[in-house]
Amino acid sequence: MNRRQFLEGTIFFIPASAVLATLAREAGAAETTAGAGAIGSYVPANHYYGMGIEIDKCIGCNRCVEACKAENNVPPEPFYFRTWVERYSIKRNGEAEVECISVDTERRSETPEQEKDTIRSFFVPKLCNHCAHPPCVQVCPVGATFSTVDGVVLVDDNRCIGCRYCIQACPYGARFFNPRTKTADKCTFCYHRVVKGLNPACVEVCPTQARVFGDLSSKASRLVRFQRMNKTNVLKPALNTEPKVYYAGFDGEVR
Amino acid sequence: MRVPDQIVRLGIVTAAILVAAVLVRFVLIPPAFFSTKLHRSSTVEREVAKPISFAGAVACRECHEEEFERKESGYHKTLACETCHGPSARHTEDPLEVKPYAPRDRKFCPVCHAYDASRPTGFPQINPSAHNPLRACITCHNPHDPVPPETPRECSACHAQIARSKEVSSHALLPCATCHTVSRQHRISPRSAPPSKPQTREFCGGCHATGSENPDAPKVDLATHGDNYLCWQCHYPHLPEAR
Repeated sequence: MNRRQFLEGTIFFIPASAVLATLAREAGAAETTAGAGAIGSYVPANHYYGMGIEIDKCIGCNRCVEACKAENNVPPEPFYFRTWVERYSIKRNGEAEVECISVDTERRSETPEQEKDTIRSFFVPKLCNHCAHPPCVQVCPVGATFSTVDGVVLVDDNRCIGCRYCIQACPYGARFFNPRTKTADKCTFCYHRVVKGLNPACVEVCPTQARVFGDLSSKASRLVRFQRMNKTNVLKPALNTEPKVYYAGFDGEVR
Repeated sequence: MRVPDQIVRLGIVTAAILVAAVLVRFVLIPPAFFSTKLHRSSTVEREVAKPISFAGAVACRECHEEEFERKESGYHKTLACETCHGPSARHTEDPLEVKPYAPRDRKFCPVCHAYDASRPTGFPQINPSAHNPLRACITCHNPHDPVPPETPRECSACHAQIARSKEVSSHALLPCATCHTVSRQHRISPRSAPPSKPQTREFCGGCHATGSENPDAPKVDLATHGDNYLCWQCHYPHLPEAR
């Protein structure tokens, strides 16, 4: 190949590759819509999901954790969970004591002295925040985890090589390593339910309606109403992950 | 023509490597690794195809309209049916064969209603070991419309100590008016109109004498039991178990 041939080749290669890339993207887009088209009239692009949690309503009954396990086939051991409930005890000296009541189902016996030491305590339900800028997606070396068009972060079980990078990267500790599938596992907002118009299992069973699920792109959704009625905050806003789980009654100690 | 030995050996090795490569390619490596399909759409498809175990309260209403309406008007209106009855999607598919779980024992309700300092103020809570022990919750409270069986803090507003003793006794379920007649005036001006108290052994005998109607109460023969003493000289009526 001499210089002339090389330059001629380059002139043809650049526009040709651009055309090819466009074609490939079109094909990919068509496939995504086809994949979602399997569920009737559901159009993912019209939705953008999030959740609202009212801390003052949570009674720490763990119904959500049990329902999630039943719905999503999560291993029954208490230390595997996609959603969990924490008890925050604010002490007289300003320290906050955090305890995951989903793991310690036995009530820790509080001596009267300890109770005197506690100024107030409350429950905070937690789950995957389905961040708009998810750190777990950035670190996955094989591209197995991704955000869907409707704002849900999913894991491809077939792609995941079980390297646990995402578990380390999640600032909220929302992921765990599933011992059965040997892949990373996490909350999907019960994707199989929400595309059929049902609420996620945890929202369905919550006895005090501390959890609200909804569509951020619809002004009439319960979540948007929740945001209108409450002053909300997200977990660790300084990380710029833009979480889509909004907390009302958010105490400064919650993180 | 005779093939040289080295060539045959080389051939065997090459064939073995080929077979191994084919096996690895088609058997060991999952097909998804070679799929030219965008894996995202296939993941979404797999996710969507997962089975549902919670049917949702709307599905329950179709058949159980009466219970649903009752629940909607009571304190449990924020609960979904499956909060207590468990995942019931299979029940909606085959209502006769698959029956949902119905909690009837004392273990279930305290999951939410046992006292816990972290629970929000105003949420109804009890101390399970002191609140009518051994009684199933549903003997007094209808879970679909859980109204307290009597207006709380009527007598106990002033007589809290008596109420607390009575609560853990075998007389827990007897309203105060079983033994005391209380005039309206007593509530306005307690000392000017004291409530009545039982005066005779026969009053207790109404439940506790041999041959009385009440099947649950322990029986004694009034003629021989306790000579001429009055019942409450030995037994404290608000906590008869006490010695």
